[in-house]
Amino acid sequence: MRPPHPLLDIRGLRKSFGAVEVLKGIDLAVSPGELVFLIGPSGSGKSTLLRCCNRLEEPSGGSIWFDGQEVLADRIDINALRRRMGMVFQSFNLYPHMTALGNVTLALRKVLKKPRAEAERIALAALERVGLAHKAGAYPAELSGGQQQRVAIARASALEPGLMLFDEPTSALDPELVGSVLQAMRDMRAAGMTMLVVSHEMRFAREAADRVVFMDAGVIVEQGPPEQIFGAPRHERTRAFVSEVAR
Amino acid sequence: MERFLDSFLNAKLIAATWPAILSGLVVTVEIAALVVVTGLLLGLALALLRWRAGRWIGWPLMLFVDLFRAVPPLVLVLLIFFGLPNVGIELPSFAVLWLVLSLVLAAFAEEIVWAGLIAVKRGQSEAARSTGLSENQTLIYVVLPQALRLAVPPLTNRTIAITKNTALGTVIGVPEIINQATTAVSFSGNATPLLMGAFAYLLLFVPVIGLGRWIESRFAWRRQ
Ligand SMILES: Nc1ncnc2c1ncn2[C@@H]1O[C@H](COP(=O)(O)OP(=O)(O)OP(=O)(O)O)[C@@H](O)[C@H]1O
Ligand SMILES: [Mg+2]
Repeated sequence: MRPPHPLLDIRGLRKSFGAVEVLKGIDLAVSPGELVFLIGPSGSGKSTLLRCCNRLEEPSGGSIWFDGQEVLADRIDINALRRRMGMVFQSFNLYPHMTALGNVTLALRKVLKKPRAEAERIALAALERVGLAHKAGAYPAELSGGQQQRVAIARASALEPGLMLFDEPTSALDPELVGSVLQAMRDMRAAGMTMLVVSHEMRFAREAADRVVFMDAGVIVEQGPPEQIFGAPRHERTRAFVSEVAR
Repeated sequence: MERFLDSFLNAKLIAATWPAILSGLVVTVEIAALVVVTGLLLGLALALLRWRAGRWIGWPLMLFVDLFRAVPPLVLVLLIFFGLPNVGIELPSFAVLWLVLSLVLAAFAEEIVWAGLIAVKRGQSEAARSTGLSENQTLIYVVLPQALRLAVPPLTNRTIAITKNTALGTVIGVPEIINQATTAVSFSGNATPLLMGAFAYLLLFVPVIGLGRWIESRFAWRRQ
């Protein structure tokens, strides 16, 4: 069913914090252009799984392949790999001492070594795509949460990553600001970006996800198209979680 | 009243002493400037070293920092000035004062900058690393600027407090303001030179404190 070469291929991934095993053998493949939604109760290991993909957490076992490269290999250039995997955080994590433009140009200049003028041109285009070119000169403290998160999306996407990881991008936002961030993600998807998204925005999942993966207690319990996971879940735990989240 | 004026504001004595006080002022400014530069740079370097090198540098550094923060600078000055010759190292008094105050300032500065570094949220460096910035780049462009903004107010206060300790130079014969003033006092038996010394400090430190305020307000930080 899947194309033979997934962009991201996670096999038997394990992660322990001390004696506690948080990921207990995760197998997950994401195809190019796919939007995969990751859902599950608090503490089930969703963030940890995402953070293992770019090695913000060091996995304890298993393997991860990204774009034909072995992520967990000893000799990999981790910085080169990370810039090809964009990450968006729940708490935005914009650099407060830099303008929106500065936030986006930093890695363009220091990682991709672009000259200033070119970096700024690319950054402005990225800000434009999230509807914030007019806020290029604003500092994070001068932006709403939704605007900050869109700058964070621009910061990641300006590096032209092959994959975007989103960890609850809207859960720190006031409800009226969620829409603008989802719209930015929708646009990104329309442009063909491969995305792995941890989120509880079920409406967005139904509308945009190719596949929904339900995790619980460090394992993948069930996965399938959104209609299946939300409409006719096979496992009791999935059913309980979905009905809980749907309220 | 007349006696008071005579012993604190003796016009003849002022005229006779001001060149000495002025030369003391120059010496004080020289030492203070040197101490600020070397002390702050060393403190910054130590904090960065601790950040990057982690554990192995930890405890010797803590030892140094605690020592120089705990022992009164006067004791350190005396210890080094009178102690070092016993092991065959003779340093001029000027150098001893510079060395001691630099180390004291470095010890405080290290702690202040370190506190700033660890106060920067983890998410900041994670975001930076996730875009491919190296550990050093993350430190230089993302973490350190935020740490320094937190550090500037306490650093300014501490720097002013420690540079005032240049007055300790008088006990080992550094010809700074107080040394000049007390010498003049012992020759004249009149307190006027000390008042002139105090005035020289005002002249020197009021602008410095003003500068400190300005730096603090420039770095004032709109927290999110
Ligand atoms: N650095 C850490 N040290 C120790 N335990 C950790 C660490 N990070 C996460 N954990 C633990 O690992 C488990 C999974 O955490 P994780 O953050 O991946 O869950 P999550 O599914 O993202 O939950 P949430 O929906 O609340 O964000 C939790 O029990 C958490 O306490
Ligand atoms: Mg999480």
